[in-house]
Amino acid sequence: MADINTINKDFADLFNQGNELLLEGSSDVMNKTRKNAFQDFAKLGVPTRANENYKYTNLIPAFDHPYNVNLRYQQVDVDLNEIFQCDVPELDTNMVLLTNGWYYGNNKELTELPKGVIVCGVQEAAEKYPEIFNAHYGKYAKTDDDGLVALNTALAKDGFFIYVPKGVVIEKPIQVVNLLRSDRDLMATQRNLIVVEENAQAKIIVCDHTLTHHKYLTNSVTEVNVARNAIFDLYTLQNQHLNSVILNSTYIRQESNSNVLSNTISLYGGTIRNNHHVILDEEHCENNTFGMYLMDRDQHVDNFTSIDHAKPNCLSNEHFKGVMDDQASGAFAGRIFVRRDAQQTQAYQSNNNLLLSNDAVINTKPQLVIDADDVKCSHGATVGQMDEDALFYLRARGIDEKEARQMLMFAFAHEIIDKIRVEPLKERIDELVDKRLRGEISKCNTCAIACNH
Amino acid sequence: MLSIKNLHVSIEGKDILKGINLDVKPGEVHAIMGPNGAGKSTLASVLAGRDLFNVTEGEVSFQGKDLLDMEPEDRAKEGIFLGFQYPIEIPGVSTVNFMKTAVNEHRKYKGLDPLSASDFLKLMREKKSLVEIDSKLTNRSVNEGFSGGEKKKNEIFQMAMLEPKLAVLDETDSGLDIDALRVVANGVNKLKTRDNATIVITHYQRLLDYIVPDVVHVLYDGRIVKTAGKELALELEEKGYDWIKEENGK
Repeated sequence: MADINTINKDFADLFNQGNELLLEGSSDVMNKTRKNAFQDFAKLGVPTRANENYKYTNLIPAFDHPYNVNLRYQQVDVDLNEIFQCDVPELDTNMVLLTNGWYYGNNKELTELPKGVIVCGVQEAAEKYPEIFNAHYGKYAKTDDDGLVALNTALAKDGFFIYVPKGVVIEKPIQVVNLLRSDRDLMATQRNLIVVEENAQAKIIVCDHTLTHHKYLTNSVTEVNVARNAIFDLYTLQNQHLNSVILNSTYIRQESNSNVLSNTISLYGGTIRNNHHVILDEEHCENNTFGMYLMDRDQHVDNFTSIDHAKPNCLSNEHFKGVMDDQASGAFAGRIFVRRDAQQTQAYQSNNNLLLSNDAVINTKPQLVIDADDVKCSHGATVGQMDEDALFYLRARGIDEKEARQMLMFAFAHEIIDKIRVEPLKERIDELVDKRLRGEISKCNTCAIACNH
Repeated sequence: MLSIKNLHVSIEGKDILKGINLDVKPGEVHAIMGPNGAGKSTLASVLAGRDLFNVTEGEVSFQGKDLLDMEPEDRAKEGIFLGFQYPIEIPGVSTVNFMKTAVNEHRKYKGLDPLSASDFLKLMREKKSLVEIDSKLTNRSVNEGFSGGEKKKNEIFQMAMLEPKLAVLDETDSGLDIDALRVVANGVNKLKTRDNATIVITHYQRLLDYIVPDVVHVLYDGRIVKTAGKELALELEEKGYDWIKEENGK
């Protein structure tokens, strides 16, 4: 097995040898950010378990593989729009596709979007809308803190860009489907930017799919800025396969009176690491950070979250739940910072885990750093088995043990699904989770939300 | 219908039931009374199939089948219903879904097709009015946030939905105010037929003002020490359990 130095050196070689391709087609701002990011990466490297924040996830096996890397957009030999078609009319979304981290070149035009809304690739946004793009790009995801973010920023070429202008309310959710489709093992780098302006409202659903059984590693970073009085939902559905690695870092900044809800649902993936960072940068923000993971076999999931109450009078609710079976392993870290002057903060956090086997492992670690004195904070973590009393109650009514277990697992997970603020999506995820818990989704190509291929 | 012979049960090595004999015929209502710790709830749990208990001796047959050999769900489908002393709250499982699954499992066991959604809702409505349970309770998760009385009413509602042959109601009267008690008792009485039977387990005589038993048993220290008609309940109400204890040497 390669050691971490070899892995880091390979990335240095890639950066240097691929420099021309990396610079090509990217804006000056992206390339300047890229250069600094690479310097940070050279110092930080891919995080190892020696790094306290990555103590429970060993990334060396994930990176130790000869992946193919596309530094240039690859034409797709089929029409992905044909492959993906909505079969659920109730879940009506504005859908765009990405292929291997790049904005798909033949996306259909989203004709129903309100005026001024922009949905396009990051490369295109940097070129066409530099004022918006440059004001936000690289501002929230700091490259000097996390090697994965530094690596992403150093290699970033494309991803999706969504802009919602002041006062615009998008009724229909925007659905972004990240497709991994390659005839070789592939590492994809995806860099996304979402800007929601004052008084605007948008809901975004991001789905991760693998279309072939190759080994994939995705290192994605999403930056989000939610301005005053805006309401924003981000639903992330991770449904890849057991041979894939999902490294997903999200940085959300909130301005005054904004309301953000995120819900990260991990159904399938070999190794999943979600870094979720929120900063409540002005007063009277509300943040809801939810997540659910259903892991079995040798899957691994690690949700690393931080909610930074930088200003007074904000509210945050964080709740993650997981069902772990077989030899699956996982971790949850929930950091809440309440800064010195952030009085009247309310911050609540909980993490509940259901372990279905003796071999499943979960490490859960709440961490509250409170520097203000007038705050309400709570945290709680539970790790438990199936409630035997509840199981008996169901069985005593004639429901067989297997079905009773299924009902209880589903009920456990449903609490998180119930937080989804898009009704048809909620129903769809309910169905999907029910199937997942019954073991009926066992391969990557199962369509996750509303798509049929 | 139910025949219990010399039933001995222990939990963690401690003997709780020490030779119970009981016969229940269709159409009968039996009351089992007794002081705390006598083994009343253990008997109910063992009949329903709770595996916390070890049956060390004896046999139980239900309609000619060996009951102790069956899984809890099969006992339920054979027609045994346990009304829980402490009904369990199950957040996230809706009462509708719970009952629909249970009713259809029962139907499948009898070789019937599952009920259609509309037939099921019709059945729910019918049974809800029969047991006077509030609609809002069945729209919620099973027992979640219910008061004691609501939980007990919900047990009777479930009983109405499942139409058991033998209902074992474990301390169904505990924690009930007089109105809830009346609702629960009315429900039980309305569901009574010539073909089904009920075992009412209770500490107090109060419930038996509403559900009139054919036979009253006193369970004490793991054995049935007295069996008589409904007048026994009144005697117990008047004199308490001390005389039973004295008669049995404690």
